Amino acid sequence: MLTLLFDGVAYGMLLFVLSLGLAVTMGLMNFINLAHGAFAMAGGYVLVLLMQRHGWPFLACLPAAFVATALVGAALERTLYRPMYAKPHLDQVLFSIGLTFMAVAAVDFGMGSSQVNVQTPPWLQGRFELGSGELTLGMGRYRLFIVAVCVALALGLQAILAGTRFGSRLRAAVDDPRVAAGLGIPVDRVFLLTFAFGSGLAGLGGALGVDILGLDPSFPFKFMVYFLIVCAVGGTSSITGPLLAALVLGIADVFGKYYVPKLGGFIVYVLMIAILLWRPQGLFTRESRR
Amino acid sequence: MSARDMSARLLAPARWRAWELALWAAIWATPFVVPQHAALINEIAILALFAVSLDIVLGYAGIVSLGHAAFFGAGAYGAALFAKHVMPDPFVGLAVGTVLGALLGVLTSPMIVRGTDLTRLMVTMGVALVLLELANKFDNITGGADGLQGVVTGPLFGAFEFDLAARTASFYSLAVLFIVFLALRRVVHSPFGVSLQALRDNRLRLASAGMSVNARLAAAYTVGAAVAGAAGALLAQTTGFASLDVLEFHRSADVMLALVIGGAGWLWGGLAGAIAFKVMHDVLSAFTPQYWTFWIGLFLVVLMLAGRERLLRPWTWFGRGAGGGGGR
Repeated sequence: MLTLLFDGVAYGMLLFVLSLGLAVTMGLMNFINLAHGAFAMAGGYVLVLLMQRHGWPFLACLPAAFVATALVGAALERTLYRPMYAKPHLDQVLFSIGLTFMAVAAVDFGMGSSQVNVQTPPWLQGRFELGSGELTLGMGRYRLFIVAVCVALALGLQAILAGTRFGSRLRAAVDDPRVAAGLGIPVDRVFLLTFAFGSGLAGLGGALGVDILGLDPSFPFKFMVYFLIVCAVGGTSSITGPLLAALVLGIADVFGKYYVPKLGGFIVYVLMIAILLWRPQGLFTRESRR
Repeated sequence: MSARDMSARLLAPARWRAWELALWAAIWATPFVVPQHAALINEIAILALFAVSLDIVLGYAGIVSLGHAAFFGAGAYGAALFAKHVMPDPFVGLAVGTVLGALLGVLTSPMIVRGTDLTRLMVTMGVALVLLELANKFDNITGGADGLQGVVTGPLFGAFEFDLAARTASFYSLAVLFIVFLALRRVVHSPFGVSLQALRDNRLRLASAGMSVNARLAAAYTVGAAVAGAAGALLAQTTGFASLDVLEFHRSADVMLALVIGGAGWLWGGLAGAIAFKVMHDVLSAFTPQYWTFWIGLFLVVLMLAGRERLLRPWTWFGRGAGGGGGR
């Protein structure tokens, strides 16, 4: 019972890191980026490549996955995404689906279509057991590691957004790009950095998730719905919204798959529709935005 | 501008043009000229019908939907189950599929009148996913992942059997497409259709002109759903098979692709897009069977980067691009 809860929390945390970048691009830049999963997949494959072909240690691969996808994200933002910001949502959706198609086919071509696995380092294998009987809490070390990383990330990001000059510039640029530009804020550069950072987070999440979510070329489509649910339900104007939404989704999914395996996805989707009908702007949005 | 000028301007696109008649003649000629490709013609006709239904929802009413497969799937399963358990007559089955699609559209239409583009995207996708899960769960009815087999459709008019070469099927699907096209052509040029386009372009203004926005959105959504249900029913009847595939996400994405290639916002867009998409699919997958999605994706990215303003005025775009038959 508690073990399941813990697994759900770990899963939710992972979803949070994966979707946070999407929440940033979607909420802060008002861009529906369905290609987000492709960045996560890229991060996962960077990890796999570095660990298996080049023998890098696991811990070194995580930052590498972050940096590599952030660079790719920056390059794409510069060249492809920027002209799309001003276009209607339908265009953005189709554009990013197109990108995802390309990414999926390219990875399929380069890496093969089968699922890949990585060997986590020995110190992350095994699990702790606390308590006994009904209330046993079994915590896989790897999941504990994920939770720790994600909590640290969430706290750090909240601090950056709320407390630094960059954070306030970003919020200003999002609220009104024209006025922000008039005040001398380099809006383009702020967006570029934000996009790169969001992609990097996706890459990091993808790398962390290889062991739990599995990784194959269909990854972007398989998890696209989950990312979107986190952002749509959590609202995109804060970090806490997606965090809570991701935790709820993770726990609901793990419990659903355990107790009613055949209805697992069903519950999640019905919940999502119900929440969106109730609060179309998401659960945790400030009313007056946009 | 006087009232007469205005009504003349609104009525002008409703007139049949020579090229439209010529195109329909050409379309009807294809199953006679190339009977060996009857199966492909059937597929294209079904995709075109599906794309036209999305056109009503997306191109005319401006509702961004990533879950249009929900209605397609409802129609397909409805027709298949009806043929299997009740009676095999194709026309009654088609009507059942259409009505099922329409019912589902009525039921879900309150969900799409609220919220932002993102919410609509998620809700439509969610509906399709819920149906997919349900179809998967109730595998004693739907056959689950194996699909629903043993669907036998009776002969058309009691005389023309649905054969393996799909000749009957191609005529049947083309006829349904043609009739629906004629009906929808009337709808989109009616005051209702014009008000839909006004709504798409400026919702606030239409509301302040005293028209009920939500009722119009719901009506358009239902019409689109019904036609999508008909398309699904056609697929189930002509292939004698229905599987979870009819509800999958890629079906919603494919039809949107087809529509966008053809240009949303005019009925020919669905037809042209379906032809272009299928031809592109066939050529590309003959060229690289496994990686054809890469080229579709590339095409989409380039199209989106290069030509939104052309998409808004597809007439100019298609005047050059594919006036001769919709192919690109």
